[in-house]
Amino acid sequence: MGKVLTSAIKAKERPISRIEAEAGTDIKQCYQCGKCSAGCPVAFAMDYTPRQIIRLLQMGMTDEALNAESIWICATCETCSARCPRGVDIASLMDALRREALRQGKITDKKIAVFNRAFLNGVKNFGRSYEAGVLLQHNLLTRQFFKDAELGLPMMRKGKVSLFPEKIKARNEIKKIFERAERMRGE
Amino acid sequence: MKLAYYPGCSLDSSAVEYNISTKRTAELLGTELIEIDDWNCCGATSAHNTDKLLSLALPARNLAIAEKTGLDILAPCAACYNRFRAAEHTVRADSAVREKIQEIIEMEYSAANSTFSILEFLVDKVGLDKIKEKITRPLKGMKAACYYGCLLVRPVEHTGFDDPEDPQTMDKIAQTLGAETVDWAYKTECCGAALATSRPDIGNRMIYEVIQNAREAGAECIITACPLCMMNLDMRQAGAEREFSVKFNLPVYYITELVALACGDSPEAIGVNKHFVEAVSYLKTLPAKAAEMEAEKPQKATKSTAPASEEDKEALQKKINAFIKGFENNPEKMASMLLDDEEKTKILVEIVNADKKKTNKLAELMAADKDKAAKAAEAYVAGEIKKRAKTAGNS
Repeated sequence: MGKVLTSAIKAKERPISRIEAEAGTDIKQCYQCGKCSAGCPVAFAMDYTPRQIIRLLQMGMTDEALNAESIWICATCETCSARCPRGVDIASLMDALRREALRQGKITDKKIAVFNRAFLNGVKNFGRSYEAGVLLQHNLLTRQFFKDAELGLPMMRKGKVSLFPEKIKARNEIKKIFERAERMRGE
Repeated sequence: MKLAYYPGCSLDSSAVEYNISTKRTAELLGTELIEIDDWNCCGATSAHNTDKLLSLALPARNLAIAEKTGLDILAPCAACYNRFRAAEHTVRADSAVREKIQEIIEMEYSAANSTFSILEFLVDKVGLDKIKEKITRPLKGMKAACYYGCLLVRPVEHTGFDDPEDPQTMDKIAQTLGAETVDWAYKTECCGAALATSRPDIGNRMIYEVIQNAREAGAECIITACPLCMMNLDMRQAGAEREFSVKFNLPVYYITELVALACGDSPEAIGVNKHFVEAVSYLKTLPAKAAEMEAEKPQKATKSTAPASEEDKEALQKKINAFIKGFENNPEKMASMLLDDEEKTKILVEIVNADKKKTNKLAELMAADKDKAAKAAEAYVAGEIKKRAKTAGNS
């Protein structure tokens, strides 16, 4: 108990972390009421609830938080941020944690990271996201070859999936946007 | 009215009917939509999960192209709308980030224009009164749960939504179209978004809970304004049914489909036949349901409007007074008007002589409906007989 309290005091003194800066929120504001977690629609599937993630960060256990499966399960519905009585933007914090985990190569839920990569690859190459391509790439990379197979044919029949990706004219511009954003992130 | 139109990637594939019905809705309501030239994907959740600057720059390119035209933007997809609003908000609030974004997209952009969701378009830009004027086939008989989900509503600082916990905008539109909307707990709960694809073990449960709550609230269909919500609730409804061994069969509609339908379009013309949960036959049951409601209404109406008129009220009271007097002066005759059995008539006379309240009640009923008065009299007598039998048994 003594240790927990000491850590909290330490956390109060330490400068705002990079993660908080990127999230644009101050976790020292959190007084652990748990409202975020009570309303979280995916808390049932998390290893650490949103409140516990903040507690880990308050205690300086950043690695623990970055390794949590929770940050990948968070659906960014923003219910937590909307309800926090202390104005902590928990959803933005989760977002910042995911990006930091990606940077450090700590990805506990590969399926979600793979989905994001497949999605963005499509955008980078074509300028548009390509639903069928995302699903196919996702299934291949996660080795779930027949996942959602029963939906594919009816989607095609209903004209809801194209065989080829839509491409925009300014594909070069989009590639440059990706490259510049990546370069500036490092600055 | 003219608006720049950003359909977004989903409206070109899985949500084609949202695209068709949005264009029809705009046309019916006299709005010209001009598609943003060579628009690109907004990056959706995947971008802001990966890189913050990228997640702002991708929408900013589209917004900057639209800004040149001087038009505000309509973004029917809730996810695109959310990302557009986030980019606008950041560019207006943070000049350092704005500089970076302009450098990345190699275009000027100051967020001079604004993006609107389909709900804002219908309520704030067009207005419910104008929609009302265009309705030729009201959706009377429809009982719907309006599903807002996350992205249209949160964060409120970006969306400025009426009430983040219990929004009403879509309910008001649906009611204007003639539908009845249910009060339910999951209207802003998350459908699971991409979790249905990446983690169906989690996503299916979230889909199940939303549909289950709508059904428990008495809804016969769900209305949405988001292609991702539609994909989960409609396309993946069968999967959720299988996992939880239930049968929902609950049709899901885009709000724009309902606007077009109420303005006279056929379901097929706007793509309602493209849904996974069959959604055309429910629409066909509406006229019968509306007729049923209509048939129930007049009875209620006569009852409730009768006392409304002062003259009618007075006449009714006169009648009641006359009956009360009748009971006082000649109870036997009054009782025989209500009951045939001689024995029972006698008991009724004793009841009215002893109980003024019951006399008044009978007089009131006789003035309004003689059959009901007779039934009440029967009940009073039956009660009295029972009471007497009981006292006889006790003594």
